[in-house]
Amino acid sequence: MVTVSMTVNGEAVSRDVEDRTLLVQLLREHLGLTGTHVGCDTSQCGACVVHVDGRSVKACTMLAAQAEGAAVMTIEGLAKNGELHPMQQAFMDNHGLQCGFCTPGMVMSAIDLLQRHPKPDEATIRRELEGNICRCTGYHNIVKAIQQVAQAG
Amino acid sequence: MTAETGIGASIKRKEDHRFLTGKGRYTDDINRPGQTYAYFLRSPHAHAKINRIDTGKAKSAPGVLAVFTGQDATADKVGALICGWVVKGKNGEPHKAPPHPVLATGKARYVGDPVAVVIANSLAQAKDAAEQIVVDYQELPASVNLAKTLDKGAPQLHDEAPGNLIYDWALGDEAAVNEGFSKAAHITEIDLVNNRLIPNAIEPRCAIGSHDSGDDSYTLYITSQNPHVLRLVLSAFHGLAPEHKLRVVAPDVGGGFGSKIFAYNEEVVLVWASKQVGRPIKWTAERSESFITDAHGRDHVTHAELALDKDGKFLALKVDTIANMGAYLSTFSTAVPTYLYGTLMAGQYKTPAILCNVRAAVTNTVPVDAYRGAGRPEATFVLERLVENAARETGIDPAEIRRRNFVQPSEFPYQTPVALMYDSGNYEAALNKALELAGYAKFKSRKGEAKKRGKLRGIGFSNYIEACGLAPSQVVGSLGAGVGQWESAHVRFNPTGNVFVYTGSHSHGQGHETTFAQVVADRLGVPVEQVEVVHGDTQIVPFGMGTYGSRSIAVGGSAIVKACDKIVEKGKKIAAHLLEASVADIEYANGTFSVAGTDRSKSMAEIAFAAYVPHNYPLEELEPGLEEGAFYDPGNFTFPAGCHICEVEIDPDTGVVEIVKFTAVDDFGNVINPMIVEGQVHGGIAQGVGQALFEGAVYDGSGQLLTGSYMDYRMPRASDLPLYTVGLNHTPCPHNPLGVKGCGEAGAIAAPAAVMNAVTDALGISHMDMPATAEKVWRAAQAAS
Repeated sequence: MVTVSMTVNGEAVSRDVEDRTLLVQLLREHLGLTGTHVGCDTSQCGACVVHVDGRSVKACTMLAAQAEGAAVMTIEGLAKNGELHPMQQAFMDNHGLQCGFCTPGMVMSAIDLLQRHPKPDEATIRRELEGNICRCTGYHNIVKAIQQVAQAG
Repeated sequence: MTAETGIGASIKRKEDHRFLTGKGRYTDDINRPGQTYAYFLRSPHAHAKINRIDTGKAKSAPGVLAVFTGQDATADKVGALICGWVVKGKNGEPHKAPPHPVLATGKARYVGDPVAVVIANSLAQAKDAAEQIVVDYQELPASVNLAKTLDKGAPQLHDEAPGNLIYDWALGDEAAVNEGFSKAAHITEIDLVNNRLIPNAIEPRCAIGSHDSGDDSYTLYITSQNPHVLRLVLSAFHGLAPEHKLRVVAPDVGGGFGSKIFAYNEEVVLVWASKQVGRPIKWTAERSESFITDAHGRDHVTHAELALDKDGKFLALKVDTIANMGAYLSTFSTAVPTYLYGTLMAGQYKTPAILCNVRAAVTNTVPVDAYRGAGRPEATFVLERLVENAARETGIDPAEIRRRNFVQPSEFPYQTPVALMYDSGNYEAALNKALELAGYAKFKSRKGEAKKRGKLRGIGFSNYIEACGLAPSQVVGSLGAGVGQWESAHVRFNPTGNVFVYTGSHSHGQGHETTFAQVVADRLGVPVEQVEVVHGDTQIVPFGMGTYGSRSIAVGGSAIVKACDKIVEKGKKIAAHLLEASVADIEYANGTFSVAGTDRSKSMAEIAFAAYVPHNYPLEELEPGLEEGAFYDPGNFTFPAGCHICEVEIDPDTGVVEIVKFTAVDDFGNVINPMIVEGQVHGGIAQGVGQALFEGAVYDGSGQLLTGSYMDYRMPRASDLPLYTVGLNHTPCPHNPLGVKGCGEAGAIAAPAAVMNAVTDALGISHMDMPATAEKVWRAAQAAS
């Protein structure tokens, strides 16, 4: 067992967990933040993407203990005072989601993508989404949503 | 108001907010007090006798509440998994129906076949205990090759299915077909495989079963596309509980594509076992577990021939298919390669004579059942590959050969030689629009320009039609379906004028909370924000048949319209009383009831309030309250159709196929929310491209699934796909009140043929089986040069 402490969405949290606890398990099962999803077991689908110290990370491939002392941001932490983050709004404006299951990870990856490539072309957007699989949308509207945010600056 | 938010408006989705803020409520997000966890021990062998299962050590492992095997389920009289569609073979006999026990009994027949279940306080404890179970397997030879499983000498899976044959079915007129072929000026032949696919909705299957000993009732939370149907099956066929003591709740479902229609082993076991252990039991599939337990899709081997006259007119078509059922018959498996396949062999064409012969066979693989398109992608693929090859062989342009054979708009209703009667359509208009959007006229010059860069360009067509909007109950009943295919709706006003709409449909990405609200807004004049669509809970929603087969707007939407009509009818009587006029003088439009020829009127909200506070109200003639229900059984299937054109550019040095343009012109009749409809087309195309270029479930000779995770099963990613060019044509459906046809599967139905027609065109070859991987394409390019 290990005690892990970090901030999640700006709030300090501390939990005693088994050593082998994944970050996604800490979030979903110990903190009740079920917005981050598990879609695969080979670290490919990206449904589990969160931000750790400002960078996109697959929460299924990281131990909770590895996030000790870090600032973790999940999908639940994006909207401020009831106002959606521009990326969340863009996904809604452009119908960038259907079943919604890949969406939290997709949105978190998209935000990280634009931090690293503020004015990406279409090919860059698509390449940068390699770690996020969507089975519903065919990606068309996801690309449009990200382009909308990029254009707005 | 209604013009901007009602039918035809691309309004944003109401469900998006919770999905985007992480407040979706998927089954694995739900936890019940005192919850335990189930782990299924699965056969590692494709085919093996189970001599003995030793669970003693497992039962006493830490944290374990129970360990069950097939013997325990049988002893407790848990019914076997069913196949709900009885197909009659050419001999008039119902198909062979080998039993499908909930936990393997006597034999394991596929890698993944559940053999035992461990229930423990934690998943880790359950897994650890499962390692303590000793199963004495006696391995048997496995029959894995579909093309050979019907051969004499192939390993036999079931005593009840001699020769591994489930049925030998045919549809059509053999004599007429033979005559057509005898007159042919040209015959095009093809041998093809429709590759086995794995649906892979990103949300894995999950279920939580619990029993309440206080009132001897059960609750099942589950990722299902059809909670009521599941309740019926668990009750009537598995005998777990009477329906009124079994509640099935399908909350948010993260994609289905057919894989979440069926009644699977896991949920039956969970519900049954929850009474045994006295605590809720949760099971969530791990992805590699999903690969060997979710029903797979497609998997046909086909030989087909098309006979043409000297002008390229189709005279006759014959199709001979072996369809893989997998190791056991899944819930709708038998219907997919028969009534959802053979009946589509006319396509958009007036071929006068057709014969489709299908033999369904078992193999030691995961059971196969409906997957987005279910039979219609397979039919479209056969037909459109034949037509394209016929065009190339006869030198007729592929658009022109289709023009010569289309059913014309004036010829509807058109009775095909394969049972279906098409009701409406304009295939040539879709083709023309697609040709324009695809820039077909300039393709040759693009091809030439690409050649200068050392690249190979090809273009391919897919003129698909499908039958969906499942289904007229008596028609499918006569064909062997065990259930009806109507849909339910209940529209309930609240005193303050907002509305609940209970629907038997179940959205798993299709946006019903939005589109159904738009329908109600349009019919009743209630703002979309004030319409709450409720689905998924069998305790709350009247019985419904669920969402699949592109049926929800055509059948579920029509039920909602019928319920709205009843609301308006009652509203007129209330309005007549309030306005002191006769009912005959009351006019209704857009949520307003008015006295004809005057400016006196009442709003729907005022009517609703009056119904619940009936002080000024005709109580002698009319009950208070304002809610109405309807059950709608469709008069026919609906027939979306369209033209997809795919343009590819192949790098012969790497074999990589780039889709440079994908054009889709679809006719879905009337459309409620164009943005949502286009989204369905995008997603369907992506899955169709996935089938054509990337995906394929591969088994080795001993029945091990080699493509057992996302590492080896190639899911399409954003960089594999282009932006799609989507256009819509509209020939309204004549037999439902909304004039809609449905759109959920069309992309997956049409796209594979368009892509493979383009790839074979680029390579200058007559055929390549899917998936057209880089390796296959590279080898073909090398061979050609």
